Amino acid sequence: MALLVYSLLAGLMFGLFYALVGLGLNLVFGVMRIVNLAHGDFLMLGAFGAYWAFTLLGLHPLWALLLEVAAFILLGFPLYHLLVPRLLRSRDPEMLSFVLFFGVSQVIEAVAIIAFGNTQRSIFAPVFGTQPVSLFGQTFPAAWAVSALVSLAAIAAVYVYLYRTRLGYATRAIMSNREEALTSGIRVHRLSALAFGIGLALAAAAGVLSPFMLGSIDPNMGVDITTAAFAIVIIGSLGNPLGTILGGLVYGLSLTLMQTYLSSWSAMVPYVLLLLILLVKPSGLLAREARHV
Amino acid sequence: MSDIPPATPEAAPSPAAARRAGGAPAAVRHGLTILLPAVAVFAVAPRIYPNGALLFAMMTFLVLAQGINVIFGFTGYLPFGYVGFFGTGAYAASLALLRLHLAWPLAMLAGAVAAALLALLLMPLLRLSGAYFAIASLAAAEAMYQLVSNPALVPITNGPYGLSLQAVYDGPVSYGAMVGVLALTLAILIYLRTSRFGLALQAIRDDPASAATAGVDVVRSRALAWLLSALMAGLAGGVYAWHVSVFYPDTVFDLSFTVFAIVFVLFGGPATILGPLFGTLALYGLYDAIGISTPQYFQFIYGLLIVVLVLFLPEGLVSLLRRRGIRVP
Repeated sequence: MALLVYSLLAGLMFGLFYALVGLGLNLVFGVMRIVNLAHGDFLMLGAFGAYWAFTLLGLHPLWALLLEVAAFILLGFPLYHLLVPRLLRSRDPEMLSFVLFFGVSQVIEAVAIIAFGNTQRSIFAPVFGTQPVSLFGQTFPAAWAVSALVSLAAIAAVYVYLYRTRLGYATRAIMSNREEALTSGIRVHRLSALAFGIGLALAAAAGVLSPFMLGSIDPNMGVDITTAAFAIVIIGSLGNPLGTILGGLVYGLSLTLMQTYLSSWSAMVPYVLLLLILLVKPSGLLAREARHV
Repeated sequence: MSDIPPATPEAAPSPAAARRAGGAPAAVRHGLTILLPAVAVFAVAPRIYPNGALLFAMMTFLVLAQGINVIFGFTGYLPFGYVGFFGTGAYAASLALLRLHLAWPLAMLAGAVAAALLALLLMPLLRLSGAYFAIASLAAAEAMYQLVSNPALVPITNGPYGLSLQAVYDGPVSYGAMVGVLALTLAILIYLRTSRFGLALQAIRDDPASAATAGVDVVRSRALAWLLSALMAGLAGGVYAWHVSVFYPDTVFDLSFTVFAIVFVLFGGPATILGPLFGTLALYGLYDAIGISTPQYFQFIYGLLIVVLVLFLPEGLVSLLRRRGIRVP
């Protein structure tokens, strides 16, 4: 019983973290209908940013997180204008985006290996305090709880942006119909570039937390993260950012439950879950039937 | 603007039209000008050029690139998890050799059959479109990898510790087998490029609804293309495993097999015979020249090349010729 409570709570914390991992990917897909296959690599860059800021400057990861969010939103603009408008003019942007962003991911990974070396690194975990957090009689590393809370805050910020601001309304208009948004005078490219930047910033934020949740970071971590992010996004429903929270929770809980009870098979969880959901309900758990995909 | 040429009758004249024109049927012509020379070069090359490993890897990628061409170039499905069929073929063929002690042709066939069975199991994925299909096929390949490499299956697959076929290793024969697989692959591609079936696939790619209206059996045709392409990867996987003779799950389920092959197809030109052929020879040659000694620099160039290709030349090098009115088989 205690084991069940433990894995449920740990699953909840990991679920929130994984929701953050998938959120940026889904936002970019929702707004631009393109798949950012380099998502995991931007996350890796965020992780290394925090690592170097902590190792060289002694900067606390939470400060690094705030700085990186701003930096990655800014980075989104040039990157968007370099890649996306031209891609959207091609015959099948959705399909070609896969290949294009795979190329981007290769470039990032190569540069990271050249710059950082191909070794695993980790941040001294007690940076979030040495006192474990206890919940319902179970104790957890403080870093897990902090990561879960930060993830929740980031998700809440995205929610406020999308549902409570004018820019967010306009962004959601682009999500539901790009052409109509354009004809009604919404600056589609500017807002898409912002959404692209926010997507990257969310990846970087998850990256800052990743050394604490995943144990260690290395330049090749991107591919696995991207696959996990896909699973999460599709479980929730592609193109619906809030569905990602559900996706993250389902993913986190099934992962920790499998690790507790059937550990040798736990690595299969994301993929099998992804296949099952795609076959049973391809549009994701939260999708409305009339949704245009 | 289309990145893949529409399926016009001009692009692939029907055999009947070719005969009316008085020349030999296109299939025979392509067989003589593409299949025969390619196979002859790879059959003779080991006697002249000592780097047999490069030649073998090149043939493997030629088969994989053409396999991806069948399902991506012709039919329009991007199989990101294509390597799943390759790995499945490798394991099935190796287990048939090791545990069932089958003769090698039967074992290779077992690899192909296993890959085709996996394709049959994954057939429902073809209902998905675009990104969904690509992601789902990737997940399927990863699930297959996790299954094969699972420590719980050590008695059967030896789990993460890989397999060793050194007892049944035969370098020259396995090289010859791959030449055979390459010949079969090129024959399939020539058939697709010159037949009504190939045209039907391209029609499905361009517009499934119109293709169905025009009398194409969409479900059956794309299922056949899917099985064909899985079969090619399964065969290649089996022969590859036999030739390298010691391998691990992450060797034969390595995602870069898929990705390399996709880029080779895009670089040359999808839905042609020569495009993927040329793409593989040029890019794998480049990989061999710089990728093995300094992989990260190759990875960098490779990534940039992909980005530039997709943005500026999504129809591949073949489109440069096509713009000048030269028809490429």
